[in-house]
Amino acid sequence: MNMQFRSRPDQASANGVKTAIADCDIHPARATKTELYPYLAKRWHEHLETYDKQPYQGMMEGPPYPKAQPNASRRDAYPPEGGPQGSSLSFMQAQHLDPNNVVLGVLNPLATGQGIRNQDLAAAICSAINDWQIEKWTSKDSRLKASVVVANEDGPAAAAEIRKRAGDENFVQVLLLSRNVEPLGQRRYWPIYEAAEEAGLPVGVHAFGFGGNPITASGWPSYYIEEMVGHSQCQQTALASLVLEGVFERHPKLRMVMIEAGFGWAPSLSWRLDKNWRLLKSEVPHVKRPPSEYIRDHIWWTTQPMEDPEKRDHLFQVIDWIGWDRLLFATDYPHWDYDEPSRVLPAGVSDANREAFYLSNALKLYGLA
Amino acid sequence: MTSPIAGGVDCDLHPAVPHLTSLLPYLNDYWRDQVTTRGMTDLVSQSYPLNSPISSRPDWRPAKGKPGSSLADMQAQALDPFGVSYGICNPLYGVQMVFSEDMAVAFCRALNDWLVKEWLDRDPRLRGSIVIPMQSVEKSVAEIERCAEDKRFVQVLMLVMGDMPLGKRAYWPIYAAAERLGLAVGIHAGSNYHNPPTSVGWGSYHIEDYVAQAQAFQTQLTSLIVEGVFARHPKLKMVMLESGFTWLPPFLWRLHKFWRGIRMETPWVDRAPLEIVRSNIRFSLQPIDAPPDPATLNRLFDHMQSDELLLFSTDYPHWQFEGDAALPEGISADLVRKIMIDNPYATYTRLKQPAVKETAP
Repeated sequence: MNMQFRSRPDQASANGVKTAIADCDIHPARATKTELYPYLAKRWHEHLETYDKQPYQGMMEGPPYPKAQPNASRRDAYPPEGGPQGSSLSFMQAQHLDPNNVVLGVLNPLATGQGIRNQDLAAAICSAINDWQIEKWTSKDSRLKASVVVANEDGPAAAAEIRKRAGDENFVQVLLLSRNVEPLGQRRYWPIYEAAEEAGLPVGVHAFGFGGNPITASGWPSYYIEEMVGHSQCQQTALASLVLEGVFERHPKLRMVMIEAGFGWAPSLSWRLDKNWRLLKSEVPHVKRPPSEYIRDHIWWTTQPMEDPEKRDHLFQVIDWIGWDRLLFATDYPHWDYDEPSRVLPAGVSDANREAFYLSNALKLYGLA
Repeated sequence: MTSPIAGGVDCDLHPAVPHLTSLLPYLNDYWRDQVTTRGMTDLVSQSYPLNSPISSRPDWRPAKGKPGSSLADMQAQALDPFGVSYGICNPLYGVQMVFSEDMAVAFCRALNDWLVKEWLDRDPRLRGSIVIPMQSVEKSVAEIERCAEDKRFVQVLMLVMGDMPLGKRAYWPIYAAAERLGLAVGIHAGSNYHNPPTSVGWGSYHIEDYVAQAQAFQTQLTSLIVEGVFARHPKLKMVMLESGFTWLPPFLWRLHKFWRGIRMETPWVDRAPLEIVRSNIRFSLQPIDAPPDPATLNRLFDHMQSDELLLFSTDYPHWQFEGDAALPEGISADLVRKIMIDNPYATYTRLKQPAVKETAP
C-alpha cells in the first residue's frame, strides 16, 4: 500500500534501468462523465441524463461504503490537466508506465455497465467502454492491453460482445467482477465461459461489483474495511461455485484470473473443497476430479494487495503451495492501495521465480511471450 | 495416529433433538397447542440434511433416529473412547430459522431446558451451550441470565450466518451478559437462512453451503474485530466452532494490511487484529482443512503463530475423521496437552467451578 511501505532499495540493473514488469491490474478512468457518449447511441445519452445507471445498490453518486481516499485513488495521481486519477494516458505514462518499466499493462475499467439493472443499457455501456479502451488507450500506447468488459448478468449479450472482440489484438482477457446476482458458476454465466474459451481469452474476475446480495452471509456490514477484506471471501465463494458447478469440466481450456482478492487463501480453500468433495461427491457427479486440481490447472492470481505476513517464509510456503507459475504481478494503479513494484517481493526469491512473478507468467498467459 | 490424553475437553458435541414433539414437555400450553394444531414440522436445517455424509460418520449412525440423538451412543462413541473429562454440547436444532420472535423465544427456552434434563442431568461430564433467540437481543439476554444460574452452561451459542454481522452494536448486550457471567460465546457453522448463505447469493449445492461456512466465519471475524467488540469486552472469549482454521493466517495478513491502511475508519481498534485473535478468539480443532501429511500441517500451525488458539473437538457425530484419529498426525505431546486440556480450560472458565445450581436470591 502506498501509505506505509517498508523502505527497500529499488531493483535496478547496472545501467540504472529497472527490470521490465507486467502490471496486470491498471484502472483507466474517464476524464468526464460524457467521455463515453461518442461510443453510445443517442438514446442512451438521454437515458443516462434522465435516469442514470440504476445499479444493484442505492447510491447514485458513489459507492455504498465511502472509500479511503477520493475515487479510491492516490492523491498524487491527479493528472495535471485535470480529471480524476487514472484518466490521462500521458500522466499514467509519466507517473507509472515509464518509471516502473511496465512493458505490459492490462486495463481493467471499473464503474462500467457491470452491476447495473437495465441489461440493454449494460450491454451498450460495456461495448462503448471497449471501443473507448482502444481509442483512448491501447491504440496510443502498445504496452497497454484492454479487457473485454461484458454485461455480466446477460449471458447471451456478454457472449456476443466477446465474439465481436475475438481475434482483436487490443484485447487480452474478458473482465468480470466478483459480486454478481448469483455465484459465478451458475448457468446464467455459462455463455460467457463458452465464448471466452472459444476466443482463447482468459476470464479475469476482479474484486468488487454489485449483485444485490448482502456482501456477507449475515447481511450488510458497517465499514469500508469490511467490504475490502470481504472481497477475498466473495472471491473464494465465486471460485468454489465455478469448480462445483463443473465449469472447468465443461471448458477444459478455460483459464481464469482472480484479480485483487488475494491468493493466500487458495491453499486452505482447495483443501476444504477436496476434503468435502471426497465426502459429498455423489451430490456433484459432474465434478470428476478433486477440486484442487481444477484450481491448479485453470486459475492464475494477481498479487496486489500483496500478502504480507510477518515472516517471509510463510509467504514463500504459500506461494509454493499455489505455484510460482501462477502469480501475476499487479499494482492496481492508480488506486490508493497500490503496490510499489520494487517493494513487493521480499529478498530470497530465485531469479527465475522473480522473473516469472513480475513478467513471464503474464506474457505467457496473455499470449504475448 | 496421535493418541488423545485423558482428562481432555471435547468442545463440540451435537446432541440431536429427536423431533419437535420432543420439546412439547418444555413448552407452555400456548406453544404446545400451536405446534400440534398447526401441524408444525420438525425443525431440520438444510445445513445438515439428516442423511448427508457430513451429518454423521457411518459407524456413528444409529439404526434408527437422528445421529446424535442417543446419550448411550455419545458415551460409547465419543466421551469414553477419547477419555474426556468434559464434553460441551452444542445443539444444532433449527430453532434459529423461525421468523417469529415469540416462537423463537419459546423454542430456545424449551431447547435449553431439554438439554439440561435429557443430557446434562444424565452424564456428569456434559456441559451445555445456551441457544438464544437472536431476533430479540433483550430476550436473548434474559435467556442467558436464566440459564446461567446453572453453572453447567459454559457458553452462549450463535450461528455464523444470521440476520446481521455479529459485531454490530445491537448485539453487544449479549456479549456484555456473557462476559459478566463468565460464559464464552460460541459461533457455530450453520445459517438461519434469513440471508443467502453466501456473500454472492444462493449456490446450487449442499457442498457449496458447507464450504461457504468458512467464508462466513471470516466475515464475522472481521465484523467482530473492526466493530470493537473486544475493545469493549477485553475478557470475552469467542470460539469459532466447526469453522476450520487453516484459513486464519492469510485472512489475518489481509485484515492486518487493511487495518494499517484505513484504521482511521475504526480508530477504536487499538490493537493489531492478530493480537486480538490471540487474546480473544479460539477455534475448535475439527474440521482440519489440510492435507494429511504432518509436515504441511506443522507449517500451518507455525503460520498461526500461537499454540493457544485450538480447542479439542470431535464434532460428534459429524464426519470429520476416521476411527480415533481426532488429533492430526505428527503433532507434539506439548501441543496435544494444550489443545485437549490447557486451552479449553482457559477458554471455558466455568469448567473450573463446581457445577452446582445456584439458588435464586
